[in-house]
Amino acid sequence: MSAWQPVLLANVNRPNAEKIATYLDHGGYQALRKALSLSPDAIIAEVKASGLRGRGGAGFPTGVKWSFMPKDAPIKYLAVNTDEGEPGTFKDRLIVERDPHSILEGLIIAAYAMGVHRAFVYIRGEFFLGVKRWIKAIADAYQYGYLGKDILGSGFDLDVSLHRGAGAYICGEETALMESLEGHRGEPRTKPPFPTEHGLWGRPTIVQNVETLANVPHIILRGASWYAAIGTAQSKGPKVFCVSGHVNRPGNYELPLGTSLREIIYEQAGGVRYGRAIKAIIPGGATTPMLTPDQLDVAMAFETLAAAGSALGTGAVIVMDETTDMVEVTRRITSFYVHESCGHCTPCRIGGMRLVETLDRLAAGQGRHDDLAKLASLAQGISSSTFCPLGTGMCDPVVSAMKLFHGEFTQHVQS
Amino acid sequence: MIPTTQEGATTGSALVDPAKQSMLLAALYIAQEQQGYLTPDAIARVARRLSLPPGEVYSVASFYTLFRTEPVGRYIIQVCEGLTCYLNDGAEKVVDYVSAKLSIHPGETTPDGRFSLEKVQCLASCGTAPAMRINDQLYENLTPAGIDAILERLMGEA
Repeated sequence: MSAWQPVLLANVNRPNAEKIATYLDHGGYQALRKALSLSPDAIIAEVKASGLRGRGGAGFPTGVKWSFMPKDAPIKYLAVNTDEGEPGTFKDRLIVERDPHSILEGLIIAAYAMGVHRAFVYIRGEFFLGVKRWIKAIADAYQYGYLGKDILGSGFDLDVSLHRGAGAYICGEETALMESLEGHRGEPRTKPPFPTEHGLWGRPTIVQNVETLANVPHIILRGASWYAAIGTAQSKGPKVFCVSGHVNRPGNYELPLGTSLREIIYEQAGGVRYGRAIKAIIPGGATTPMLTPDQLDVAMAFETLAAAGSALGTGAVIVMDETTDMVEVTRRITSFYVHESCGHCTPCRIGGMRLVETLDRLAAGQGRHDDLAKLASLAQGISSSTFCPLGTGMCDPVVSAMKLFHGEFTQHVQS
Repeated sequence: MIPTTQEGATTGSALVDPAKQSMLLAALYIAQEQQGYLTPDAIARVARRLSLPPGEVYSVASFYTLFRTEPVGRYIIQVCEGLTCYLNDGAEKVVDYVSAKLSIHPGETTPDGRFSLEKVQCLASCGTAPAMRINDQLYENLTPAGIDAILERLMGEA
């Protein structure tokens, strides 16, 4: 398995990787040429057949999503979500900074397949280098005729512009992203209506993650059957795993979906620091339920992680060794989500504050006798009643940690 | 005919020009560059230029953490307090180190107006933790010696 030759990250370590000349020297925009010779329906069919599922966390089948875009709508939009900023996740930043054209090529192919003529790149405000790389990539693509009017003589037109966010994690949620693009506070919208019916400025809109789009050129160029042969039954293709925490070689590792967690941690990321034992692993980004060392042989795929009681999420693996204070870990993760609550709905805004207050007390060793019951009750109440998934996100780590490390939580209660 | 601004002011955002409103975040960035933060005058000017109610402009500015309505230092040091930075001996340890070096607490600015210190959420640098950001520059794999070098260079420039 370690013999995997990177596809998505094949370019990132080349000198001047971000430049269009480098991208072209290594087969860049060949997939676009091929795509423009196919019918839009054929492209959607190919992406469906590949089995590609969204890499932003939810894992929705990409081709199916594209087929939801109304064909007859006169105006429709596509947006790229570059709002990465969940603890443990740092893959999209790498691709944007080192290989922006791979995303752009995927975006142009997606736009052609869905008959979209206007696309937006939304990027978090903190990614200053990413902003510069996106702007340069878009400008160069215009100059080379990959964007604008009559792309490569195909008669297909597409304009792309960049919108910089300004520090709000919630804008990674697709309806909040659209609000932010429109120049509003980034508060999520009610669903339904779904963005494919009523998105940006009320028009059908599809939002795609960076890594998802970066897969598209490879599917078009090498074919759906090549792609679908990689991975497991329900999780196809390569995936960038972000490995961080107590490992010897943290970083981004591209491997086929279905690679075991053990291989990712011990063979790719060099094992645990100081040769220590693992206490817990977060397998797919900060909200995904924790795993314990007895689960290291789980295959990193959507269906197998769900069966193990967790989720693939964004593929962000956070490793914590035997010395880790799990109450402090939980406090820190939950504090992130509470800080990033947009304040729109009460269970998330107020319930989140109560969660953090309680966890602060426990982490300081001053927990009250009923604090564990309080956490459980808050988590249940918040999870079942918030407007968007952020509320559930702040509770899942609490529920997971309290279940797996109940003894540690009890020790933090003052006797 | 009533100008869009006044319609917007009385009826909320429904009659605001959507194309102008979509430029709001970009306009706020430009306005903020001039004084380092959004003065009431800057908010008013953005509102005028985009034909938006000033209250709407203020509401949007206050939602996003990168927009500031109070004066800040020339260099804004943002230390990541995320999970991975904590696991890699960063977060509070970096905050405390910078804090001691500059004699300011998080949320404060040095008396000479050069440096402000803040704790921020994940900077998507977990593979290169601990991390901090100063203005538009990201600093990764921080060590005490590395922080010394960064701050000394900026002190020389300031």
